[in-house]
Amino acid sequence: MSRDLPWPIDYVLIPALNLALAFLAGAVVLGLIGVSPGAALGTLLDGAFGSLDGAGYTLYYATTFIFTGLAVAIPYQAGLFNIGGEGQAMLGGLGVTIVCQAMGGYPLWLVLPLAIGAAMIGGAAWAALPAVLQVKRGSHIVITTIMFNFLASALMTYLLIDMLRAPGDPSPETAAFPASTALPYAHEWAAHLGLAMEESPLNLSFVVALILAFLVWLFIRRSLWGYEIRATGHNPSAAAYAAIPVDRVTVLAVCLGGACAGLVGINEVMGVLHRLVLGFTAGAGIVGIAVALMGRNHPFGIVLSAILFGALYQGGAELAFDYPQVTRDIIVVMDGLVILFCGALENMLRVPVTRAWARWRTVPA
Amino acid sequence: MSLIDILSVLAATIRLATPLILATLGGLFSERAGVIALGLEGMMLAASFAAASIATITGSPWLGLAAGMGVSMTISLIHGFASVTQRGDQVVSGMALNILVAGLCPTLGLAWFHLGGQTPALEHGQRFMPIVLPLADSLADVPLLGPVWNILIGGHNLIVYLAILLLPLSAWLLYRTAFGLRVRAVGENPHAVDAAGLSVAGLRYGALAVSGMLVGLAGADLSIAEGAGFGRDMTAGRGYVALAALIFGKWRPAPAFAACLLFAFCDALQVRLQGVALPIMGVVPVQMVEALPYLLTVFLLAGFVGSARAPHAIGVPFVKTR
Repeated sequence: MSRDLPWPIDYVLIPALNLALAFLAGAVVLGLIGVSPGAALGTLLDGAFGSLDGAGYTLYYATTFIFTGLAVAIPYQAGLFNIGGEGQAMLGGLGVTIVCQAMGGYPLWLVLPLAIGAAMIGGAAWAALPAVLQVKRGSHIVITTIMFNFLASALMTYLLIDMLRAPGDPSPETAAFPASTALPYAHEWAAHLGLAMEESPLNLSFVVALILAFLVWLFIRRSLWGYEIRATGHNPSAAAYAAIPVDRVTVLAVCLGGACAGLVGINEVMGVLHRLVLGFTAGAGIVGIAVALMGRNHPFGIVLSAILFGALYQGGAELAFDYPQVTRDIIVVMDGLVILFCGALENMLRVPVTRAWARWRTVPA
Repeated sequence: MSLIDILSVLAATIRLATPLILATLGGLFSERAGVIALGLEGMMLAASFAAASIATITGSPWLGLAAGMGVSMTISLIHGFASVTQRGDQVVSGMALNILVAGLCPTLGLAWFHLGGQTPALEHGQRFMPIVLPLADSLADVPLLGPVWNILIGGHNLIVYLAILLLPLSAWLLYRTAFGLRVRAVGENPHAVDAAGLSVAGLRYGALAVSGMLVGLAGADLSIAEGAGFGRDMTAGRGYVALAALIFGKWRPAPAFAACLLFAFCDALQVRLQGVALPIMGVVPVQMVEALPYLLTVFLLAGFVGSARAPHAIGVPFVKTR
């Protein structure tokens, strides 16, 4: 059906309309809890883009969402729905922690690639078992990845309370990493260049995320493995007939997704917290589902929708500051609404828009 | 372990199995009609929130129960609108509703009750209390029979008995009535149903309505019968566990019921095992014990599904052929 439409309608107009519907529903929810939607939108936009540090926060959140969005998008290309970004990110954070604690005193150009590697291995490892079980035993990957989120959270609680906690520290977190492993902040770079930028958690990870998005695009669209993944997603039996090892390709796609999710650890643990803290993922894996669906599972679309969700997150924080009845949960509501309207109800507007377009085409202007 | 210990673990199993059984039965109707029941978690959570809220406001557990079932049914029908009418991706729709509800309940709860997203604790008259069976006092001193009557059979709330009753009732509805036959047919071969002159969409919506009511009962059990009020994320993955039980039970009521009992037993056992020193392993870390039900879910989904065959048309939107 998508071929009946020119790309600006397919990739811009319809997602924008679906997004507008989701926001409309969000406005109804705000009205229900006694917040004027108009005023809320003002606070939201002002908080997200109104100042340079607000924009810094927006891009910092966007960094995490690019990682978790790609974590959903790559397996989706192979026809699988990876809900396990949350757990995979936790294990990625664990990998980063191990590297950072062991590599104090080494230069950052050496530590960062190792930490990236460890984060990807941690995330991919946590994704591997659900993927293999899906392929070999037919166990529903949505359920197994959700269960693996619960298991990861139990594992992290155990590790942080019983094993990794800094001696004498009452809260479940490790000791701070050696200072040499911290990633540079954007405001530090801005200061070097003589620009005044207010402090924000935006750090080098944003660049890592942009490079990763480009590499994923290259991989999916331009490599043989990427082709095999897409072929498997479109039609597994045709792919198998074309001698594509469907099982192996499926596991590969899910593990690559897990590796992307693991990189959340670079942004949060290595970039900002400088220690492993229980619950550092804060629902980012779930946001990734909305980000991927809104970005139509295309890496560049994901970058854009991650920035949008970053703005939502940052603006939502401002909103929570102004209204006592608003918490971060309103963002979860928006996640759900965006997934509903941009994902599940995607056909609702597509059919009438396609029909209108066809009618407009046949009537010469 | 004494007899009383064993009986109380079994009684806890029955209580913990109740929401699972009801949610699994709900999922059964949905999936046998060909609609993936991934929204169970959200439906259950929304029902428990609605039930607790209405029970708090009106003081009546019956109105709370009705509200819970109504809300759950509404969500089930929204899932139907997305998957039947709009032919959307059913997995995506289910997840969207789960996430939406997970955010909506604490948001509305905070705005309405100002308790950080919870609902106020319910008093005795506002919820379904354990029922004391007749003869409970006179049998109390009889060995074996007394404890069995009072701990295992008696002392549960109304919804527990309702769940036990609804199991054969659902099986009868699905296997012995025209509606059930049509629901099963629409999940296997909707084109045949369509050719017979029946409405595929109508049957799927009907099955989803039944599903919503059953799952609504499960949610109400958590917040106004077993518990006394709504707490955030109080379903804690039970919707997914119920779906796993359904798959493990090969989409049939009795085996799915057995799977629910197994999960609940594991859950009852994990509460018991916390902090207890075991013969070989010593004291197992509490997080590991708590993870047991989730581990069991993965294990069962992986190991013993065997030759399970899902309803043939599950997840496939129906497009009328001409």
